[in-house]
Amino acid sequence: MTLSPDELVYFTVGPFAVTATLVFTWVVMAVLVVSSALVTRGLRVEPPLGRGQLLFEALIAFVLDQIREVTRQEPRRYLPFAATLFLFILVSNVLDVVPGFHAPTGSLTTTAALALAVFFAVPAFGIARLGLLGYLRTYLEPTPLMLPFTVLGELTRTLALAMRLFGNVMSSGILVAILLAVAPFVFPALMQAFGLFFGVLHAYIFTILALVYIASGTAQAEKRAPARNGGGHV
Amino acid sequence: MSETALVAIVSIFTAGITTAIGSAAAAIGEGRAAAQALQSIAQQPDEANTISRTMFIGLAMVETSGIYCFVIGLILIFANPFWGAFS
Repeated sequence: MTLSPDELVYFTVGPFAVTATLVFTWVVMAVLVVSSALVTRGLRVEPPLGRGQLLFEALIAFVLDQIREVTRQEPRRYLPFAATLFLFILVSNVLDVVPGFHAPTGSLTTTAALALAVFFAVPAFGIARLGLLGYLRTYLEPTPLMLPFTVLGELTRTLALAMRLFGNVMSSGILVAILLAVAPFVFPALMQAFGLFFGVLHAYIFTILALVYIASGTAQAEKRAPARNGGGHV
Repeated sequence: MSETALVAIVSIFTAGITTAIGSAAAAIGEGRAAAQALQSIAQQPDEANTISRTMFIGLAMVETSGIYCFVIGLILIFANPFWGAFS
């Protein structure tokens, strides 16, 4: 049994091993890029809209709504980052039911990379919104005594973000593999359907948590500002 | 009994105990959170969107400890770093 797609090495180029993780990340990227290119080629405004355009518009509207509700800020600024995370994890988890496809999110390297992207995006968005000093001041709130815990929390939440996605995707794959050995008739298909649901759910949870972290790094100065417009929700 | 066998016995036993306690504790916590969220939705159906989103986030947080236990169990069984340590 292979625990992670990192152990499947297809070929090596110099010092780099081309693993299943890398190959299927490319597959997911190709699926996303090609489908987006095909759909955006024939965008229309009049009523006979294409199915693809409706699907993509619904997806983007959904992500925009979630960003607006979680961060309570103008959602366009965070749309590229959040939607990229959501679509990549979603497509990768959903394609996991295709036989022969190893979800790249079932490898700790991919999820660690995604969590590191969130880890660096939080100060980037925070500095872009509050300025360097304003962002650094959020570490001293509500009191400088909490500084060590805040820094520790930044590190552990990144670890938890990576381990949660990895553990869930890998565990659903391993459950199916164990069931195939124990009761190979109907139950693996049921577990696959269950894994499909959890894959979508965890794409959603990863994106929402990333947005919650970004919101906590960008919105704290607004609470201290005098309540001009009734509560600081811009 | 060789030392490798001892490592195997302790590892398998610990993996089972870790998964059992970890999953049971996480399940209790998630069950309480979900029950409370359902009660809140029943009382305030208009806020169902906000409540369920917050519940999902909270469930993911609670589940993290269970996932940690599961990963530790898997490491103990499939990727134990102490297999060759005593031979």
